[in-house]
Amino acid sequence: MTEAKVIVVTSGKGGVGKTTSTAAIGAELARRGNKTVVIDFDIGLRNLDLIMGCERRVIYDFINVINNEATLSQALIKDKREPNLYVLPASQTRNKDALQQEGVSKVIEQLKKEFKFIICDSPAGIERGALMALYFAEEAVIVTNPEVSSVRDSDRIIGVLNSDSKLAKEGSEVKKHLLITRFSPSRAKRGEMLSVEDVREILAVDLLGVIPESPAVLSASNQGIPITLDVDNDAKFAYRAAVSKLLGEPEPVQTSNKWGFLKNIRIFKGEPV
Amino acid sequence: MSTHLEQNNTTNAGIAFQLKGGLFTLTTLQIFSADINALHTQLTAKIQQAPNFFHNAPLVLDLKIAVQTNIDFAALSDMLKSLNLIPVGIKNATPEQTQNAIKHGFAILRDAPNPKERELLATNPQVTPKSHVAKIITDPVRSGQQIYAPDGDLIIINQVSNGAELIADGSIHVYGSMRGRALAGINGNTNARIFCNSLEAELVSVAGNYKISEDIERQAWKIAAQIYIKDDRLQISAL
Repeated sequence: MTEAKVIVVTSGKGGVGKTTSTAAIGAELARRGNKTVVIDFDIGLRNLDLIMGCERRVIYDFINVINNEATLSQALIKDKREPNLYVLPASQTRNKDALQQEGVSKVIEQLKKEFKFIICDSPAGIERGALMALYFAEEAVIVTNPEVSSVRDSDRIIGVLNSDSKLAKEGSEVKKHLLITRFSPSRAKRGEMLSVEDVREILAVDLLGVIPESPAVLSASNQGIPITLDVDNDAKFAYRAAVSKLLGEPEPVQTSNKWGFLKNIRIFKGEPV
Repeated sequence: MSTHLEQNNTTNAGIAFQLKGGLFTLTTLQIFSADINALHTQLTAKIQQAPNFFHNAPLVLDLKIAVQTNIDFAALSDMLKSLNLIPVGIKNATPEQTQNAIKHGFAILRDAPNPKERELLATNPQVTPKSHVAKIITDPVRSGQQIYAPDGDLIIINQVSNGAELIADGSIHVYGSMRGRALAGINGNTNARIFCNSLEAELVSVAGNYKISEDIERQAWKIAAQIYIKDDRLQISAL
C-alpha cells in the first residue's frame, strides 16, 4: 500500500470554508475509492461532525484518543453514505491545550497504517490548534475568499507553513494548493471582488480550484451532507474538479449542462477566462 | 554596536541578572528651538497624524541646531512625557547642555562614527574594513515575516507581502512588488537606499527618515523606484 498522505485544510482567516472544504474533499476522495479520515482540530468549537452529519453518533473524540481514554476504533465514526469515509471528531468540552504534539503524532502514525488520506481540518488563527493541524502535513490546501483580509491572512498562514511545519523544520517544504472559495464571477467582473488573478498574484501558490458562491453550501451544511455527496450543484462540480487536480486524475465526465453552471467551467478550473 | 557582553553574577546560588549588549532603533527629535510651548503645539499636531507610532515612543533629542540655546531640560522632559513620549537621551550637545541634561536624568548618546571617521581613527594600518555581505532571499517574503540583514545589503529576488518587514544596515533591493515595510540604513547609514520593481509599500525608511504609504502614493506608486536621503530629507524617484 502506498504511503498515506496527510493534508491540512487551513486558511488563517475564519469562516472562509475550511470545514466545508474538508468535508467536500474528504467525501470525494472516499467516493473515488480512497480510504479517507477527516480530523477536526478545532477543540472546543467543533463543527466538522455537524457538516458531516454525524453529530449524534459522537461517543469518543480526538482528545480521548490522545489521552489514551479510548482507542482510535472507538472514536472513529464511519460515514453512513460512503464506506471509505471516517470522521475523528474534536472534543467540545476541552480546549486546545489538550493538544500535545507527541499525542497528535501518535494518532497520526496510527491512522497512516489504515488510511490513504488523512485530512486535518484546521481551526482559524495561527495559534496552537492551527499549528498542531499543520505540523504533520505533507500538503496544504489554503482556503481563501477573494477578499483582502482573507488574502492577507492566507499569506500569513503560508509563511507559518514555511517555518513552523515539521517538513519545514527538516529543511523540506509542504506542498501548497490554493483553493479560492465563495467566488462570484459577476462581482469580480464588476470589480467588487478580487479576481482569481489578483489572489494568485499576491499569494504565489499553485491554484487547486475555484469554488463558486452557492446557496447549495448552506443547505448542505444544515442537512449534514458534504457538498460532494449532495445533489448536483455548481459548488459540487467545482470541488470534484479540485479533487481531480489534487489526485492528478482526469475529470469525471459531465453529461448534462442543464443547470448552466458548466459555462463557468474554465473559472472553476482556474484557467484564464 | 552589537557587542555581546555577558557578565554573570555567580557569587550566589541564585543568579540575579545578566548584562547583554543590545541594538535598538530610536526616533530622533531634532530640536530647533527652546520654546517649550511651540514644541508642544507642533508635536501634538504631528502625533495626531500617527498616534500609535508615537505612543510611549522612546526619543533621542538631537541638539545640533539648538546648540546656542539654553534649554530648560526639566520643562522639556515634563512636556514630552505629558504627550506620552519618553525622552531617553540627548546627542550633539554642548558641554553646558550636557551637564544640565545629566542632572535631569538624560543619557548622553553618540552616533556611531561613520566609515570615513572610523578609517581615520584607526592607527593600526593592518585593520581591514568590515566586509559587507549581502543577504539574498529568493522566496516570497510573507506577511508577518521579518528579515534582518546586519552589516550589509538585503536583496529580495521575489515579492514582499503586505505585513512583512525588511530591515538592513545597508540598502534594500526588491526585484518584485514591495508591499510591506522596508527600513534601510537602520544604524544611521544615510547613504543606504531602497530599490524596488513596484513601490506599493506600507512604510519606507532610510536611517530613521520614513514615509508611510499615504505619502508615498502621492509621489510614486506602483512604479519602479528608489528611495534615498538627499538634503537631509527622504526622496522618492522613479528608476
